Amino acid sequence: MEAHPALSIEGLGHCFGPRRVLNGVSFSVAGGDFTVLLGLNGAGKTTLFSLATRLYVQREGTIRIFGMDIREQASECLRRIGVVFQQPTLDLDLTVEQNLFYHAALHGLSHRDAAERGAAEIERVGLAAQRHDKVRRLSGGQRRRIEIARCLLHRPCLLLLDEPTVGLDIASRQFMLDHVRRLCREEGIAALWATHLIDEVGEGARVVVLHKGEVRAVGEARQLLGETRTPSMRAAFESLVQEREAA
Amino acid sequence: MKAIHYLRCFAGITTREWLRFLNQRGRFFSALVRPLVWLAIFATGFHFVLGVSIIPPYETYIPYDVYIAPGLIAMILLFNGMLISLSMVYDREMGSMRILMVSPLPRWFLLTAKLLAGVVLSVIQAYAFLAIALLWDITPPWYGYITALPALILSGLMMGALGLLLSSAIRQLENFASVMNFVIFPMFFASSALYPLWRVKEASLLLYYICQANPFTHAVELIRFALYGRLEPVAAVVLVAATAIFLTLAVYGYDPARGLMQRRAAD
Repeated sequence: MEAHPALSIEGLGHCFGPRRVLNGVSFSVAGGDFTVLLGLNGAGKTTLFSLATRLYVQREGTIRIFGMDIREQASECLRRIGVVFQQPTLDLDLTVEQNLFYHAALHGLSHRDAAERGAAEIERVGLAAQRHDKVRRLSGGQRRRIEIARCLLHRPCLLLLDEPTVGLDIASRQFMLDHVRRLCREEGIAALWATHLIDEVGEGARVVVLHKGEVRAVGEARQLLGETRTPSMRAAFESLVQEREAA
Repeated sequence: MKAIHYLRCFAGITTREWLRFLNQRGRFFSALVRPLVWLAIFATGFHFVLGVSIIPPYETYIPYDVYIAPGLIAMILLFNGMLISLSMVYDREMGSMRILMVSPLPRWFLLTAKLLAGVVLSVIQAYAFLAIALLWDITPPWYGYITALPALILSGLMMGALGLLLSSAIRQLENFASVMNFVIFPMFFASSALYPLWRVKEASLLLYYICQANPFTHAVELIRFALYGRLEPVAAVVLVAATAIFLTLAVYGYDPARGLMQRRAAD
């Protein structure tokens, strides 16, 4: 299983009616990698996440999770994925703990495991004191932290995070980034972090630049700077997305 | 995934529905007040207008409020079925549906679990209504409370499955109001809930056939007979078939290859 990349996407395409939103997308994320999927709004990031989580079924190309085709082994694939969607998905009228128990049950975890892991994860995101609070009473940043804690309950090996820092203040954004990077570094979890915020691409991160449904570049941040001969990630990104339009 | 995982998942979905139900206490009271208003006002008003002859399963002349009690129980189940639909549409709008849909358990199971969780709540409310209806001298034989249980479950399943099916077709929460006009009212009024079908037949043959084709009529009749310890086999067969059809179509509607998620995104 470890011989395969955590996520491997090959020739992925998708259309909504006549509108093509993804075209020949190919890249992979290795175990323990923190990969940033960088693209403007409308680049196709959320569609890609919906395909990788089987909310949509892909008809063009393949998506493999640790070597397993998501169309053929959906259940096995979904067991290994933890997801934070762009849209908040917590039940506002339930407490933090009740939300965690619900998620754990959907993955078949026992109440005891859910309680132990839930307590550990909310401790890690610094919200142990709020575990009996209704989610409605939490701030946006706290809700996002709970979503991160929740997606780790079933111990996934691959995290898919779709713009998890949208709408958060600087401190909360930094916490989320540091937390996920730590999970990759210390626990070998692979993460695909979708964002349109260029400053979230840290040094040494792998970057996949997605623009208008197509992959424009894949590589380490430094490598992209070299290839585009630009001094900053912002300049590199602008160069990559304008290159073909100019041509 | 083993059987224990399925069981835990079902327990989790039921617990969530129960917690939501407890958070919305008004929902419980309105579910009871609605049929009680019919019983206290409508049935009293029509008590002397509408005479009900001796028809099975009754062995004697019965007051009108006794006649409409099974229809009002079915009304509770119908509104709860539509609440399952509303809750699915709400979950989709609020995003929490995605968490359900990325569970590793099969989608047919998740939808069925959601349906069963809703039916548990429906049956509890139906029995609460029966308890209050004692005040109106609606007193089926003691064993009727037991024999009614499978009828309530089957009827609840049928209406919940219809709710699931509707939720796969309703694209926005705002569109839910049309369910009231196009599903709840026609189903309730074109049935044997308020008047026996032989009376409808005398008035309009077309309406009689519409009532016969309405699965809600069969839910009412199944409950009516079950309250007196009797089985109405035609009604049972119709409800089983309708439940199977509605649930299959709902699972189809939620299939990622064809279903609502994809259609909604395309809009």
